[in-house]
Amino acid sequence: MEVMEYNGDIVKVSDLHFAYPDEHVALRGISFNLCEGEKVALVGPNGAGKSTLMLQLNGILDGRGAIEIGGLHLTRDNLPVIRSMVGLVFQNPDDQLFSPTVFEDVAFGPLHMGLPEEEVYARVDAALEAVRMSAYRDRLSHHLSVGEKKRIAIATVLSMHPKILILDEPSAGLDPRARRTLINLLRDLPITMLISTHDMRLVQELFPRTIVMDGGRIVADGLTKEILEDEAFLKEHGLEKP
Amino acid sequence: MHSDAFDRYHHKHSLIHQLDPRIKVLITVAFIISNALLPDGAWVAFLLAWGFVLVANVLSQLGIGYTFRRSFIALPFALAAITVLFSIPGKPIGSFQFLMWDMTVTDAGLLRFVSIVIRSWLSVQMAILLVAVTEFPKIVHALTHLRVPAVITMIISFLYRYLFVLTDEVMRLLRARQARSAASPGQRSGGSLGWRARIAGHMAGQLFLRSYERSDRIYNAMLARGYKGELMTIHPHHFERRDWIICVLCIVGMIIMQWTGRI
Repeated sequence: MEVMEYNGDIVKVSDLHFAYPDEHVALRGISFNLCEGEKVALVGPNGAGKSTLMLQLNGILDGRGAIEIGGLHLTRDNLPVIRSMVGLVFQNPDDQLFSPTVFEDVAFGPLHMGLPEEEVYARVDAALEAVRMSAYRDRLSHHLSVGEKKRIAIATVLSMHPKILILDEPSAGLDPRARRTLINLLRDLPITMLISTHDMRLVQELFPRTIVMDGGRIVADGLTKEILEDEAFLKEHGLEKP
Repeated sequence: MHSDAFDRYHHKHSLIHQLDPRIKVLITVAFIISNALLPDGAWVAFLLAWGFVLVANVLSQLGIGYTFRRSFIALPFALAAITVLFSIPGKPIGSFQFLMWDMTVTDAGLLRFVSIVIRSWLSVQMAILLVAVTEFPKIVHALTHLRVPAVITMIISFLYRYLFVLTDEVMRLLRARQARSAASPGQRSGGSLGWRARIAGHMAGQLFLRSYERSDRIYNAMLARGYKGELMTIHPHHFERRDWIICVLCIVGMIIMQWTGRI
């Protein structure tokens, strides 16, 4: 399967390498681009480097290579601006929702961006509206179901008005109804997305483009339809045709 | 699995519920200090203080005996003061042999001990009322806006948020152990005490590791949303006339208690 060329104007990653302190090499020369408005799936077996790559795009992990977000190089000086542009939602919503109430969690990002209080309130309301959770504004995070927590977790980054939304395993652990609600939500959000998932039905339904990672490398980057048709290739990389 | 056994907030629309949380925290702290300052044996003042708690109970629509019923949980802690029974000089009112010691209870010691128990019992009732009428996040807000150091309010806030998650984690570990605590027919099950202690130790270690890794992930989630080392909070509360009136009334009440205790 060949790696196609995309001229990205939101995300440009070139020759990114990363090894953890225990010398485990997680990324081996990753290069890809994302265009504005694209919805891209990132798939691959466990340990392929998907989560590591996502943490790189927000500057939480610092690898060797070049990353450009919205025309800005990812450097220490640019980190605050880049973090407001890249909305990163973690796999486990209990890690993402660290404040006692929903409101405080959704307000966390805008407050740390230094926005005035009226603007923070407006953004929180808009973000909760976008994930259809306005009624949960004053609820305590630990009283929510997993599906509700996942939607609030997305709201926590939408309130920062990011240019790109990066989600790690958004449909993991959801019952069919909560999964369907999430899929509809992701479909309707008019924002660039890079979503790591094992849910191949979700990939087929939502994402025109798919990036396949294995062993810290991108082994395919192209049209989802074509990738999903190549059963032998999917099997080779620990994936299944939906 | 879901644990919310630590939530003590009771949702109502009472006057006390609607007060600014800062006022509620301040009055509670002031009441506890006022109790601590009352002299030993100031029975009328203690009675007034209890009346104060009962009025607060009624105004909060929780029922007159709400805090009374829950206050006994704190009594064992008052036993820490039991040594004053024997250590304060005064007229002996009884003695007994404890191991190799002769223990003599004095009248002054008994007076001090009973006063300490009453003071702590009243203070605990007020604290119980505070958490029953104020949502926990609002108490933390109040502390933040009363200039309590951010590191303390942050620790309290994270503790509250993750206590539930950790309890769920513990319950999952216990359930996993229970599910595999099987026995063969005719065999004694459960292993030796030492073996069981080792398993419990492993579970505690497991819980620590999971919590440690989780703290790393939470920190990453905070960084990803722009955290730069200082926690910012919004200021959603405003003092109203009602808050000031209640505050002044409570302060006057406490002054009367102090005055009564000293005449």
